[in-house]
Amino acid sequence: MTSIHIKNGFVVDPGQGIHGDKKDIFIENGKIVKSLTHAEKTIDASGMVVMAGGVDIHSHVAGAKVNVGRNFRPEDKMQSTYEPYHGIRHMAGGTSVPTVFKTAYAYADMGYTTVIEAAMPPLYARHTHEEMRDTPILDEAALPMFGNNWFILDYLKRGEIENAAAYAAWLLRATKGYGIKCVNPGGTEAWAWGLNCLSIDDPVPYFDITPKQIVSGLMEVNESLHLPHSLHLHSNNLGNPGNYTTTLDTLKLSEGIKPNNNFNREQVLHHTHIQFHSYGGTTWADFESKGKEVMDYINNNPTVTCDIGFVTLDETTTMTGDGPFEYHLNKLNHLKWANTDVELECGSGIVPYVYSKDVYVCGVQWSIGLEMALLAKDHMRCHLTTDHPNAGPFWRYPRVMKWLMSEKARNDVLASMKNEDKVRDRSTLGSIDRELTLYEIAQMTRAGPAKALGLSSSIGSLTPGMQADVAVYPYNPETESDPEKIEWAFSHAKYLIKSGEIILNDGELVSNGNKKTYWVDVTTKPNRQVERDIDRTFVKYYTVTKNNYEVTEHEFMKNPCAVKIDAVQ
Amino acid sequence: MNTVTITIKKQPDLYLEADCFTPDALAGKKADEIKELPVFIGKTVEKIGDYFTVSGEAGPTAAETHLIFNGDLTKVKYIGAKMSAGEVVVNGDADMYVGSWMSGGTIIVNGSVGHFAATAMSGGNLTITGNAGNYLGASYRGDWRGMSKGKITVKGDVGSDCATFMTGGEIEIGGNVDVHVMTHADGGKVIIHGNAKSRLGGQASRGELYLFGTVDVMMPGYAQAGETELTVGGTTAVFTIYEGDHGERHPTRKGQPIYAKLYLKK
Repeated sequence: MTSIHIKNGFVVDPGQGIHGDKKDIFIENGKIVKSLTHAEKTIDASGMVVMAGGVDIHSHVAGAKVNVGRNFRPEDKMQSTYEPYHGIRHMAGGTSVPTVFKTAYAYADMGYTTVIEAAMPPLYARHTHEEMRDTPILDEAALPMFGNNWFILDYLKRGEIENAAAYAAWLLRATKGYGIKCVNPGGTEAWAWGLNCLSIDDPVPYFDITPKQIVSGLMEVNESLHLPHSLHLHSNNLGNPGNYTTTLDTLKLSEGIKPNNNFNREQVLHHTHIQFHSYGGTTWADFESKGKEVMDYINNNPTVTCDIGFVTLDETTTMTGDGPFEYHLNKLNHLKWANTDVELECGSGIVPYVYSKDVYVCGVQWSIGLEMALLAKDHMRCHLTTDHPNAGPFWRYPRVMKWLMSEKARNDVLASMKNEDKVRDRSTLGSIDRELTLYEIAQMTRAGPAKALGLSSSIGSLTPGMQADVAVYPYNPETESDPEKIEWAFSHAKYLIKSGEIILNDGELVSNGNKKTYWVDVTTKPNRQVERDIDRTFVKYYTVTKNNYEVTEHEFMKNPCAVKIDAVQ
Repeated sequence: MNTVTITIKKQPDLYLEADCFTPDALAGKKADEIKELPVFIGKTVEKIGDYFTVSGEAGPTAAETHLIFNGDLTKVKYIGAKMSAGEVVVNGDADMYVGSWMSGGTIIVNGSVGHFAATAMSGGNLTITGNAGNYLGASYRGDWRGMSKGKITVKGDVGSDCATFMTGGEIEIGGNVDVHVMTHADGGKVIIHGNAKSRLGGQASRGELYLFGTVDVMMPGYAQAGETELTVGGTTAVFTIYEGDHGERHPTRKGQPIYAKLYLKK
């Protein structure tokens, strides 16, 4: 592995509190080091921004629903031409649901090195891992879904937190998952009865449990297992006018729960794509932003983190484990709809969607995301995502950065909308003149997500001793004034180094890197009851045997990286 | 208007994908420059000059460019694809994607064309004196946005799945048509002078289809709604009106549902 000296760049690193000072970064044996006696490679970063590799806390890039999205949208591939293979680049294509190769290359071009697949149906864990294995460059992890799992519903209904935790530990091990994901708690299960849970008190049919019990229970389970990441929650009532009350009710469930981990994680609840959950009004006619109300709560409660899910005003493919929501969306736009029920575990749906800036609801949705990010007081707890591909494809992150960093860029978009006045009227975005700094962008895209994931001791910063993930962007913060340059520069990283290996050299892809997959190996007390429950349930209800269910490291994973935790009290 | 004449001199072993055969791509170019342009054959890239003789000179813009293709072009794809203006005349048969995604200008094919001609066409005129293959004026695979504007005239027969997801424009067919016409249509007009097989307007929510000949099997989702005398394509006749497809969701206007209409000549 080469030793590298990155000279004279504007270093932006919230991990060390560096606000764009001209500094040198040294890399040796895959780690950031304080100094080097001799560098085999020197990169002149004069006039460029140097940051840690980007960390995406919530993206849908691998697994069953992504693959169905690719299958049922051939027209998505037509919108961006397939690039033939050249050099070490494999053939790559797709627009909102790109191939695994294009996913990796597009993230690398943006200077990202770590991506979390945010929804893994446990039953399809093997498939998810196979796709992640075939995604080069990026370090990845997947979050298995727990919010509608029959075991969890049964244990939590009876208040058996210890059994739920033992099962969760087993499932994380069996699926090689990284944390506890919960999508529309109880609602997706209710959907199997043609129902939904729109508030945290709606009972789940048959199980007779409420979303409130599921969310509280899973937070307790998460902390009793000392997991690196907190509960990763997509709460009930996504995407509906007036849903912000459900969101606030849900966020309040985190009060009184204390983080319990050795990973420097301070939150007990990560609420994902909060933009979709901050809507006021009663119908689409009086639809309006309640972004301020929700962000006020988050600002005042340090044990909650969120990512935004910015709407990027693109044509895209929505896909979520929230099956009933996708049915509802299909009833709104009448395009294609795919849906599945994953046996005892979860479900999902997929619908193409066009966020048009001429449709006022889309304009307001766009405003809400930006408004919330600009109202956030602590960008370590407010992360940049588009809930790819739901609110827009991930390769639009640089465009979102432009909007966040330039009031002019935002006003240009507002001015180009057919319903400009109405959109301005329904959110406070137009009155916000705040422009985020590169430091705040680095908090939103690296330091913050790394910390929320419990990975801040190795990624998200350029502190000596950390994994050497470094991105160099051709952007000079002292001389640039054109907002367009922000978008261009952050989608064209000049250099990208991952674990000390040069991936992009002067903009050219030169290596597919040495990607790894994180997973959590948590040991709990032996629990004969849960072991028996698992064995019996597989025999009785599952269509696969336990042996055909579990993911083995050597078969399904490339460079598995187990985070070992002893949760035996 | 300047004219470029392109004549095939050697048949390719595999199919030749010439997406540069449009007034837009050739505007401002002289014969010698055109000969050097790349064409794709399988995974190899070759030059136009390897397979065609080129004479004349293109106009400065697409609108001032007239392209004439001569010879057997049954192994040449994408003639006139994505063109926005100008004129293309094909003297011979052509392969797939003639005039696909075209948004303006005129194409006249003195011969027959392959499948997927005028895919998602959004303007201009396409005239085919011979036959057209399947998916004439249809949407791209998987897409819900088919032909939206413009006019297609086919003197001969047309294959299956014509006008899928059509939202506007007009297709006039002189001969017979195979199964599936205007599937999922939400507007537009198709006139068939010959006979049809079955599944006219399946799942259509809007649009008009006029049939002068016979249909082997009617869609069960259509209901008879009177008759009317109309002049269509220069011919006046009495038509029976059918409304449907009742299996589909329909938009309403002033509380009344809007249906796709099939006009079958009595």
